[in-house]
Amino acid sequence: MWGIEVLFKGKNFLRLLEGLGIALEISMVSVLISIPIGIILGILMAGNNPVIKAILRIYLDFIRIMPQLVLLFLVFFGTTKVWGWDLSAEASSIIVFSMWGAAEMSDLVRGALKAIPAHQYESAQMLGLTALQTKIYIIIPQCIRRLIPLSINLITRMIKTTSLVLMIGVVEVLKVAQQIIEANRMSVPNAAFGVYLFVFALYFAVCFVLSMAARKLEKKWS
Amino acid sequence: MSETSELLEIKHLTKSFGTTSVLEDINLTVRKGEAVVLVGPSGCGKSTLLRCIGALEDIQGGEIIIDGERIVKGGKNPKVGMVFQSYDLFPHLNVLDNITLAPRKVLKRDKAQVKEEARELLRRVGLADKEKSLPRELSGGQKQRVAIVRALIMQPEIMLFDEVTAALDPEMVREVLEVILDLAKQGRTMMIVTHEMQFARAVADRVIMIDGGRIIEENTPGRFFTEPQTERARQFLNTFTYESVKK
Repeated sequence: MWGIEVLFKGKNFLRLLEGLGIALEISMVSVLISIPIGIILGILMAGNNPVIKAILRIYLDFIRIMPQLVLLFLVFFGTTKVWGWDLSAEASSIIVFSMWGAAEMSDLVRGALKAIPAHQYESAQMLGLTALQTKIYIIIPQCIRRLIPLSINLITRMIKTTSLVLMIGVVEVLKVAQQIIEANRMSVPNAAFGVYLFVFALYFAVCFVLSMAARKLEKKWS
Repeated sequence: MSETSELLEIKHLTKSFGTTSVLEDINLTVRKGEAVVLVGPSGCGKSTLLRCIGALEDIQGGEIIIDGERIVKGGKNPKVGMVFQSYDLFPHLNVLDNITLAPRKVLKRDKAQVKEEARELLRRVGLADKEKSLPRELSGGQKQRVAIVRALIMQPEIMLFDEVTAALDPEMVREVLEVILDLAKQGRTMMIVTHEMQFARAVADRVIMIDGGRIIEENTPGRFFTEPQTERARQFLNTFTYESVKK
């Protein structure tokens, strides 16, 4: 019935969870890399150097326009051929997701900095706060409040997008699902429904918790 | 008044944004304890003048001297407190933290002592029960009163008010203006930009009208509002009165 029973055969259940683990690992490592880089790039983008701003703008547009799948192919199949380096599929995924995450994060940071009204700086100055004190006590706390919910949303987008990395051979949750369906296509012909339904539930559980947290924080700090 | 009681002195001040001249050859002095009201049509330069005094703008000529010290843009300027038109409290800090941040971090004062003083000032402006509130939980009038307290606690020699009621709903204007009137009674030195003519008349020791970046008239409030010396001031004051259209 619906092919859900296949989940309980052998280690299928555990294998799917492990697959989810790989997907989460790729996204979490990428997030950890992209957040600090994104913050630095975002501060530069909000700054006054037109050359740096133009370069970062081009980088951001390039990453946004390129489908992630093309980037994955470019790094995993392309660069390994041309430059002859030995790059695993996981490492390629982390590189691509970090490039993407850093670009998106930089735009969020730029937006958060630009959203601080000039009067916040002027009030701080009139009260005698130094530029550094203004950043520490006034600007950064406000930016962080604005950024945390937005970054959580970015993380959920990253987690969902990891479903693409099976295309370069990473055995993540969707790939495991395909393997299970394939292995049971005679004994459990409906497996596709049950297994994909379960994969859906896994993605949903993770992303729902995150986006609820984001919404709560957004409300709290609005 | 003796020469020494001059707190603020502006000599031949000129200010322009690019090629647009905003202030031309402004000369004025403000004595200690004086409340000077600046009036004039929108865009006449009166807010820019306050911003120059607050060291928020660079100036193209002349000088501004407060208590013997020359004002330079961006420089430290602890003798001046300023309240702006837009509510510019720090949105992530509650009322008490908004007020105590600068005395603690800039003046390095003791936290408990500053808190006590902040509470006393809040009581005086009728906000004793709001110390834990966040700015977004306050009305416009309440925010503006907190902003005044936040500037006052730094014990500035001169307070600048830049159209502090212009963004408020009419029923909140009074509660803010009464705080300023109270400060005038205490003998604070103030420069006030406002469009509230009744208030200007009540609070001012001296009224200065600015138009087109120049001082047009300087007068006592009694004379300015009843028998202005210049035709331009008369025209300006007429914009605040309406002729009846009823037969």
